[in-house]
Amino acid sequence: MDPITLSRWQFGLTTVYHFLFVPLTLGLGWFVAYMQTRYYQTKDETFRKMAKFWGKLFLINFAIGVVTGIVQEFQFGMNWSEYSRYVGDIFGAPLAIEALLAFFMESTFLGIWIFGEGRVPEKVHLASIWLVAIGSNLSALWILLANGWMQHPVGYVINEVTGRAELIDFFALISNPKGWLFFWHTIAAGLATASFLILGVSAYHLIRKQYTDVFKRSFQMAALVGLIASTLVFLGGHTNGQYMYDTQPMKFAAIEAHWETSEPASFSILTIGDLTGKREVWSIRVPRVLSFLACNNFDCEVRGVYDIQNEYAATYGPGDYIPLMVVTYWTFRFMMTIGFSMMAISFFFLLATRKQYENAKWMKWVPWVIVLPYIANMSGWILTEMGRQPWIVQGLLTVEKAVSPNLTTLDLLISLIGYVVVYGSLAVAMVYLMKKYAIAGPDAAIHESVDVEPQSGVGDVLPIGAQD
Amino acid sequence: MSYEFLQILWFILIAVLWIGFYFLEGFDFGVGMLIPILGKKDEERRAIINTIGSVWDGNEVWLLTAGGATFAAFPHWYATMFSGFYLPLFLLLVGLIIRGISFEYRSKDANPAWRNRFDWMIAIGSFLAALLLGTAFANLAKGVPIDANMNYVSPNGIMTTIGLLNPFGLIGGLTTVTVFLLHGANFLSLKLDGELRERARAFSKKLYIFAAVMVILLAVTTYIYTDILTKIGVNPGITPIISVVALLVSIYFINRKMEGWAFISVSLHIVLTQVAFFTLMFPRVMVSSLNPEWSLTIFNASSSQYTLTVMSIVAVIFVPIVLAYQGWTYYMFRKRITTDKKTLVY
Repeated sequence: MDPITLSRWQFGLTTVYHFLFVPLTLGLGWFVAYMQTRYYQTKDETFRKMAKFWGKLFLINFAIGVVTGIVQEFQFGMNWSEYSRYVGDIFGAPLAIEALLAFFMESTFLGIWIFGEGRVPEKVHLASIWLVAIGSNLSALWILLANGWMQHPVGYVINEVTGRAELIDFFALISNPKGWLFFWHTIAAGLATASFLILGVSAYHLIRKQYTDVFKRSFQMAALVGLIASTLVFLGGHTNGQYMYDTQPMKFAAIEAHWETSEPASFSILTIGDLTGKREVWSIRVPRVLSFLACNNFDCEVRGVYDIQNEYAATYGPGDYIPLMVVTYWTFRFMMTIGFSMMAISFFFLLATRKQYENAKWMKWVPWVIVLPYIANMSGWILTEMGRQPWIVQGLLTVEKAVSPNLTTLDLLISLIGYVVVYGSLAVAMVYLMKKYAIAGPDAAIHESVDVEPQSGVGDVLPIGAQD
Repeated sequence: MSYEFLQILWFILIAVLWIGFYFLEGFDFGVGMLIPILGKKDEERRAIINTIGSVWDGNEVWLLTAGGATFAAFPHWYATMFSGFYLPLFLLLVGLIIRGISFEYRSKDANPAWRNRFDWMIAIGSFLAALLLGTAFANLAKGVPIDANMNYVSPNGIMTTIGLLNPFGLIGGLTTVTVFLLHGANFLSLKLDGELRERARAFSKKLYIFAAVMVILLAVTTYIYTDILTKIGVNPGITPIISVVALLVSIYFINRKMEGWAFISVSLHIVLTQVAFFTLMFPRVMVSSLNPEWSLTIFNASSSQYTLTVMSIVAVIFVPIVLAYQGWTYYMFRKRITTDKKTLVY
């Protein structure tokens, strides 16, 4: 195993892992802020319990997102130093702005939110959870603008002397449509993830007929937001797809297993490739749908993988410019199938909440919907990053040239194994706590933060409400 | 604004971020290491954690912002330093990860073994971070093997890591750990009440002599291991002298139980030591031990004038806002923390 392959695995694993937690932070923050606002306005105890309960799950999830985020900020320089040199002039700016604008905001006000209840005025406490939600979503915006630039570089020139990319138009960087489309898609996905977590956990309690006031209201809220959010995810994704066809035609063709240029182009429902992944063996196709996906028109021409490969080879020199198609093709299908299912499921739930639904037979399956957005989120990022291969910055720099030249296989084995062990343990602790607090219900969430009666002796058993 | 002015400005800004980080996370790391040492009972440990509970995360963002700003303003510095210090940085990240997660998770389960484990993870993570930062900064001053292409030369990362553990690096690391412990104990005697406050004071009293010895040792060995003699001369200037004096003066305040002044004088020491470090470095950002010509400077490592201009505008607008609300948080939570069960946030 060479350092490049290991660096790729490490970046992929740490980034996908980080993004397991980010969408829930992005989405659930808005829910908690809204619930607390409703409590502030109405003084309705149910809203207080909701804010407390979902807020507790928000915190358990938030912590792991924060600590794994530090790795993200550092590993460009650690593992991809040539990349950092090449794009630092451009890519560093949104990263620094993210820290200055967003990280300070979310971490400072989260501290006030956790420790401030009863110590700061109620209004300030309420404002702080809104600032946490805004801060974390703002952070998503800046990092997605940075990633958008890697997919679709804008506002730069290549310096003839140094051979590095240099920024000449900051406005182009921050108005890059690619970044904003990602932002739209990601924020909506965050809300959908939070909605599905709320649906699943609420169903768990509703079946058991406990805390019905809290969870009926949560369920209804999440069904509505889930439907709106998953629809927005779809619309954002569709728009993104068309933009991708213009800016990254190879990625577009690769996720569709669209080998030969055709007019109009058919959409593949199922394609089997050969072992090299570069040739089709068998497929089922729907005529003309791919043309629609590419340009909202059932007749347009869609360029195929082979043509684009030839064009890239002519432009950039000989080489293999085809991404790993088995990955791009299948992650796209996972993402899309789950995305549509989430729309259908939340629509069904929304209809169901108009009548008596708590005793329905299907309710016992609802907790399982929690896994859906996680698979879709992961698939989406694997697709968008691996679909850009072999490029790290589309058309400018390949991944092979981006890696730190001084690292050895041994260094990477140490760090990779280290991350796997540390992240694995974190996941165990996190899932344990999430499950425990989700099952314990709102009383435990309320008692845990106040009215604790610790006894003497390190870590004596504390009466933490109903959790045990 | 001229290119050179912007390069100097960003060097100063990044120095300020590091200084702020050392001052703020300095007591955070110290407090973290002191949790299992000073806290015997569960509510005592919780009270100690709560002295920094609402601020530690914001304090750590100073480090992230320093990293981000270095990437944006001096990409070569960021690339060379982060790839060169690969394994130490990996360990630093592990330290920060286990520490950060533990603050949030330690009280979420009542099992004593669970809590004890997370308390120790905070302590070990804080120790590791302080030790590695001190070692890294000492080596930055001493110089590291950088070739003509700005890359770290070393057979592999393990050798690099062992290379960093030279006497001067170790002195830097241990000094940082000791000073942060003292800083943390002073902070705790300001923020805690009752018996815990007394314990924190007693710890400061036991520790200051070690801190003084380490700081003087670091100051003396700086003459042996760095190029301070050729660059600045025998007289190091007023900053490092006041820095050492401030630490020695803190002994007086600690003995007199003037904890506010003790905290201020150790803070002054930390700030001025960092100022002295960046003064010694300037205009270099990484010193090459192979050939002075190959050192990275603010001139050959920086971003373009355009990027620096844009980033300066962003910084001028947002840095004051951040400072205002972070300062306000400290004001909000200025009260002393007691182990009173009624008020302790878990």
